Amino acid sequence: MSLLAISDLKVSIGGKEILRGVDLDLRAGRVHGLAGESGSGKTMTGLAVLGLLPHGARTSGRIALGERDLLAMPAKELNTVRGGEVAMVFQDPATSLHPMLSVGRQLTEHMRHHLGLDRKQARARALELLGQVRIPGPEAAIDRYPHQFSGGMRQRIAIAIALACSPKVLIADEPTTALDVTVQAGVLRLLRGLCDDLGLAVLLVTHDLGVMSAVADEVSVMKEGLVVETGPRGQVLRDPTHPYTRALLESLPGETS
Amino acid sequence: MKLPQAWRQPLAIVGGVIALAWIVIALAAPLLAPHDPLAQDLPRLASPGPGHWFGTDQLGRDILSRVMYGARLSIPLTLLLVVLSVLIGGLLGACAGYFGKWVDETIMRFADLVFAFPTIILAMVVAAALGASLTNAVLAVLVVAWPAYARVTRGLVLGVREREFVVSGRLLGFSAWRSLRVDVLPNVTGPILVLATLDIGTALLLLSGLSFLGLGAKPPSPEWGAMVASGVEVFDSWWVATFPGLAILTVVLAFNFLGDTLRDALDPRTARAIKERAL
Amino acid sequence: MSPTSSSEDLKGDTARRKPGRSGSRSPLIRFLARRVLTALLLAVGITLVTFVLTNLVPGDPVSANLGQRALGDPAIVAQWRAEHGLDKPLPQQYLMHLQGVVQGDLGTSQQSHRPVMDDLAESVPATLELAGAAILISLVAGVAFGVVAALRRDRLTDHLLRVLSLIGISVPTFWLALMAFYVFFYRLQVTPGSGRIDPTMSPPPQVTGLYTIDSALAGQWDVFASAVGHLVTPALVLALYTIGLLTRFTRSAVLEVLGQDYVRAARAKGLPGRVILFRYVLRSALVPIITVAGLAFGSLLSGTVLVEAIFAWPGVGQYAYKSATTLDLPAVMGVGLVVGGVYLVINLIVDVLYGVIDPRVRLQ
Ligand SMILES: Nc1ncnc2c1ncn2[C@@H]1O[C@H](COP(=O)(O)OP(=O)(O)OP(=O)(O)O)[C@@H](O)[C@H]1O
Ligand SMILES: [Mg+2]
Repeated sequence: MSLLAISDLKVSIGGKEILRGVDLDLRAGRVHGLAGESGSGKTMTGLAVLGLLPHGARTSGRIALGERDLLAMPAKELNTVRGGEVAMVFQDPATSLHPMLSVGRQLTEHMRHHLGLDRKQARARALELLGQVRIPGPEAAIDRYPHQFSGGMRQRIAIAIALACSPKVLIADEPTTALDVTVQAGVLRLLRGLCDDLGLAVLLVTHDLGVMSAVADEVSVMKEGLVVETGPRGQVLRDPTHPYTRALLESLPGETS
Repeated sequence: MKLPQAWRQPLAIVGGVIALAWIVIALAAPLLAPHDPLAQDLPRLASPGPGHWFGTDQLGRDILSRVMYGARLSIPLTLLLVVLSVLIGGLLGACAGYFGKWVDETIMRFADLVFAFPTIILAMVVAAALGASLTNAVLAVLVVAWPAYARVTRGLVLGVREREFVVSGRLLGFSAWRSLRVDVLPNVTGPILVLATLDIGTALLLLSGLSFLGLGAKPPSPEWGAMVASGVEVFDSWWVATFPGLAILTVVLAFNFLGDTLRDALDPRTARAIKERAL
Repeated sequence: MSPTSSSEDLKGDTARRKPGRSGSRSPLIRFLARRVLTALLLAVGITLVTFVLTNLVPGDPVSANLGQRALGDPAIVAQWRAEHGLDKPLPQQYLMHLQGVVQGDLGTSQQSHRPVMDDLAESVPATLELAGAAILISLVAGVAFGVVAALRRDRLTDHLLRVLSLIGISVPTFWLALMAFYVFFYRLQVTPGSGRIDPTMSPPPQVTGLYTIDSALAGQWDVFASAVGHLVTPALVLALYTIGLLTRFTRSAVLEVLGQDYVRAARAKGLPGRVILFRYVLRSALVPIITVAGLAFGSLLSGTVLVEAIFAWPGVGQYAYKSATTLDLPAVMGVGLVVGGVYLVINLIVDVLYGVIDPRVRLQ
């Protein structure tokens, strides 16, 4: 059954329509891939779920998390959903972690806030999480700062932060784009594994159809603020119905399906 | 006439109007002023009222007329001062940034040392050493004002120098001077203009501060800082010091309004570089 | 080492430094040692510049100090020059001066006929108290206003604060000092008059030289109240300019940080607004703010010359004014050295604060 259902989501900023009626369905234990050209509104869709759209954005439609509509939720309640039930991983781990706060601080503060853990419990859970995302030597890593880690390690830390409060939905906005090709696979495998083990519903935004075919269960394709095609991975990638998807696939060099 | 977008803002308009008004007052002071600024023929220390709207000072001179004539001293001198520091500082900074190596080191270390001193103390020593006069006060302020421009220009030139068109110009065999003039200068004028507008205020504050301390304009000259100083002696006659001070405040404010709006119109990175270096 | 090293420079520094070249001592100690060394080098530079400046300017200290009659008598002039070491060649004068400085001897003031060191020992704490209070006020008010302006960006509060801070940097300090004195002391009689404490009181036993702290240490609360009362008005007058400066600057620094990815990431974690503001936004914005505050302290010292003149505050500003106008070279050089020293200490504090705030600086 669907955990997060986006229906007819419209977003406009300064009179400009950025999303023109997006529908998406995320289900537990499934990775939903979201592709589309630059500027098609993938990031805006993700941000809309968390209520983090830029200043002055107007929204309409419905984003249902279970029974509740996130768009209609009061700010305070939405804050408990953020990080608690829906978490997000951003594109560039070099900028999405605070450079002056230790890894432990950034891993534990929202746990303590959302789950009411004390310092000790939070630290124990943080060590466990660092292990889960395969950071070597969690005991040492927890007291270090982001700049002391490589890009791939930082993105693992960002994922650990997202997972800390056991969210049901994880939105990953191009989590591997800023990483070396060699570490991309590791991060993707980690995401896939966590999705299977924890029963997360994952929205994986990516440019890369190769990434998509490797880990996604369902695939949606966006163009100019609309979802133009959606369906199971095999069907969409092998047998696209929309000309835009076909063009996307054809532009992919050496794609083997 | 259509104003550019950056200027069509309340602050810029207010600033522009005040600045323009002062320039008109400075130009037309002989026509506008009700009295001779030096004539001592009014009752002494008369409070503001008909015939002498800003009151009179301890020598029976009309303060309104003196404030108006003061604009003829302070405004052109301040503008001259800023133009000179832009030229000197800009040239030195451009050389430092363009030629690098020892030229850069020498000029910038020198600028650092000037920077290390509170401006007014340095200006005070220079003014005192040269002897108290308005011209010498201008020279003293010049000594402390150029390094800000040298720094900003150097930074901007360094940024532009490695850009493609400059490098290709050099490859084509253009002389250093030519590429400095043709390629680099047009790119740094915008930021320098903003800095200069903001600096008009700073320069006027410093200049009138020196006059206030007795290191600038000599009595009976109607210089605003000196007029405030003469008000200190008779501070229960509040009008003697109040109006010349307000004159300084409004002129400085006008140019700060203009400069601040202009800075917003620049891209944020340059704007920040200016802000940090212009203190 | 430029005193205006911006946050970018710092980042560049850290990025360029090769990792893994660890010495035996802790990185923090090496960091500090490097800074102190730079400061010492600059101190030598400053003595040189004060010296050159006070010697190469065309003014003649002899004519500034001797009367007309004495000037007419070559013997008196020569004796006066010899007394003050002015007959020696300049390099030798400089070495003598430097030697004296190292031994804590700054020469004798030609005006007060007292060791410059003693004069400074009296006036420096007065100015430090005034400028210190002003910078504290400026930091608290300027950062608070700047944060509010940034959070209320483009709304009425923001516009209002912008106009107010621009007024703050446009007011002539000497005029404001006079106005404050006239209104609050003379008219309303709500503030005490000039000086550092009530003339009927005697200063507290000297520990730091700052009357507020010394009187509190000694438990003399009436003196404390008087010292604070005398300090408030000049400090506020002095602070107005820096408040305006820091408000404008904090606003743009905070806005820049608010647009950072990590702030959005913190929001995505569902942290409460105040945690995001204080822990995420202010911490980053503090780095450029501290840089500017350090520079602003320099302009505060300029302001003290004018404020001290109005409030009869017996500080370095007044001393500098008196010695500059009489071309009292040893005194001017002493002032230059003190001011340069203060400047170096401020830079050192700023550098250390960078290290405290930013682990990338600390953990090179
Ligand atoms: N702050 C903003 N204000 C106004 N419009 C914006 C803003 N941010 C993004 N947009 C616009 O919203 C549209 C969608 O942007 P979005 O970032 O969602 O695209 P995207 O699909 O994520 O692209 P990419 O693949 O490059 O990340 C774009 O047309 C963009 O110009
Ligand atoms: Mg995007």
